[in-house]
Amino acid sequence: MNIFNLIKIAYKSLMRNKMRAFLTMLGIVIGISSVITMVGVGESSQASINNQVSQMGTNLIMVQRARMRERGVSTGRDNVQSLKVKDVDLLANNTKYISAVSPVFNANAQIINGNYNWQGSVMGGNTDLMGIRNFELATGSNFTDDDIKKYAKVALIGHTIVEELFDENVDPIGKTIRVGNMPVKVIGTLKPKGENQMGDDQDDILLMPYTTVQKRILGIDFVHMIMASAVSEDVAENAVAEIEAILRASHKIQDGAADDFEVRTQAEMLEMMSSISGMMTTLLTAIAAISLIVGGIGIMNIMYVTVTERTKEIGLRMSIGAHNSSILLQFLCESVILSLIGGLLGIVLGLLMSYLLSVIQGMPYIVSTSAVILSFVVCAATGIFFGWYPAKKAASLDPINALRYE
Amino acid sequence: MSQAILQIENLRRVFQVGVEQVHALKGVSFSVNKGEFVSIMGSSGSGKSTLLNILGCLDTPTSGEYLIDGVSVKERSKNDLADIRNRKIGFVFQSYNLLARTTALENVELPLIYNSSVSSRERRERAKHALEMVGLTDRMFHTPNQLSGGQQQRVAIARAIVNDPVIILADEATGNLDTKTSYEIMSLFQELNEKGKTIAFVTHEPDISAFTSRIIMLRDGHIISDKTNEPLSAMLEIQKFKTSEIIPNS
Repeated sequence: MNIFNLIKIAYKSLMRNKMRAFLTMLGIVIGISSVITMVGVGESSQASINNQVSQMGTNLIMVQRARMRERGVSTGRDNVQSLKVKDVDLLANNTKYISAVSPVFNANAQIINGNYNWQGSVMGGNTDLMGIRNFELATGSNFTDDDIKKYAKVALIGHTIVEELFDENVDPIGKTIRVGNMPVKVIGTLKPKGENQMGDDQDDILLMPYTTVQKRILGIDFVHMIMASAVSEDVAENAVAEIEAILRASHKIQDGAADDFEVRTQAEMLEMMSSISGMMTTLLTAIAAISLIVGGIGIMNIMYVTVTERTKEIGLRMSIGAHNSSILLQFLCESVILSLIGGLLGIVLGLLMSYLLSVIQGMPYIVSTSAVILSFVVCAATGIFFGWYPAKKAASLDPINALRYE
Repeated sequence: MSQAILQIENLRRVFQVGVEQVHALKGVSFSVNKGEFVSIMGSSGSGKSTLLNILGCLDTPTSGEYLIDGVSVKERSKNDLADIRNRKIGFVFQSYNLLARTTALENVELPLIYNSSVSSRERRERAKHALEMVGLTDRMFHTPNQLSGGQQQRVAIARAIVNDPVIILADEATGNLDTKTSYEIMSLFQELNEKGKTIAFVTHEPDISAFTSRIIMLRDGHIISDKTNEPLSAMLEIQKFKTSEIIPNS
């Protein structure tokens, strides 16, 4: 007896009880669609985190001053002055795995243009900082090394500051604004980046040569932070090791003594941010998987009922020459068809739901091929697993008793 | 001498019921030749069901020899027995046992589905031919609930002959039908018998066995009589019905 006949027989038997077949299938449809939806939502929130972290910079490595402890009390890093501009020069000249490096100074300042004013964040860096932080110019041009040498009073401003300080249709380029009491010329504007994962506005930024921020605004001789780009994601770890070695040597830290700085990579930040969303996804997927198991038990239940109900048919098939294996396969086929069709519907429904959710949440829509393939395999396995016992029961019936069954 | 289809030699069947042993068949011997129309008679408990199960290869004897079409069924596997049932035996049951919501044609095709040497086209042709033989050409695509009892039994008979068996085993095949329809079914069996089919018919009704050419009587697991019979023509009996019926212009 060939497989085609088998499928045909199983299909016809199912069609004799359309409503029941549909309801049985529904369990699988709900199970699979919720698994697909949950995995889809998980993946798209993961992707949106990835997106935002990579927006922070290209293979970004951040070197911060270490937090201090005094008599067991953490006093933060405000009083630590361990990073200097010469460290930046050392890193720029002595590393293989770093493509760009910049000192970073942060300040908050009142930014004023005529009647408009805005408390905004000011960032100082060298000419590479824009590349490291993935900022792109919208209009105008970046400052130059010459500007850095001259502590030039020039600035690139982010979208939020443009909106706060300038009327619409006014080109900010060439205008002079005040940062605190210092007049500064706007030489460029940055393309908007939106909010990051923590809800911070990345467009509320005024970028200036670091010398200007360091000497004219802050008046300090240390560096707040060093930002660097690794050559590629793969060598990020090597770059970190390199940075640590150079800085330890430069700061003359003894072997075994603690660093006076901290190095973090983008991957670490990513990991931190994804851990919570990953946990939620796992939890929700687990709940969805339970509903799939319940659906499978539904199939098993109905198959048992079917076998009992069709005892006479089984007896007849045996009496006209069906092997036990044919009976087994027929019933197995029925449960597999139920679960596969249910699975297909579930996959379609799940993809649709995760699409809708991602649209509502404003996250990227990702079709997880692995989840789709896995669900399909799980469906077939569910059909076989939960169909096996009822089918076995059918095949082990005694034809004489089965024929007499009323 | 004509060819023996069934040969039974000192057949015994013992059932174990709890601690007791029940001897359903206590040494039965007979043979059925090709072209015979045999009825096996007996009251309930006589062992005729057990005998039929063994003849139908649904059950195996405790001892004794049973050859069907020259093949011994002793110590055969379940699958071998299933193949013998599929190729050599046609069953007709009292309650028809048709698949519900399945057309007559598909019901008749059923035994051939389990025979991998028959293509689906051949299967359809043979099923159509079998339905023609039982006079149901115009009911091929009707489902059992659209057919009368007599028509359903005809479909069942078509299903029994579609695999061209060496013997048709009928188990109280007229038990669920009224007298007139029973006679029509017996007429069909007689017709098939005239075309060369060998038929074994289990019944407890003497007026049904009167249509067969040989009557074997069983009682308490023994054959108490085995004699040839001059069969009544079922066709003539039906005509008698028609004349005695007082239904004008029916």
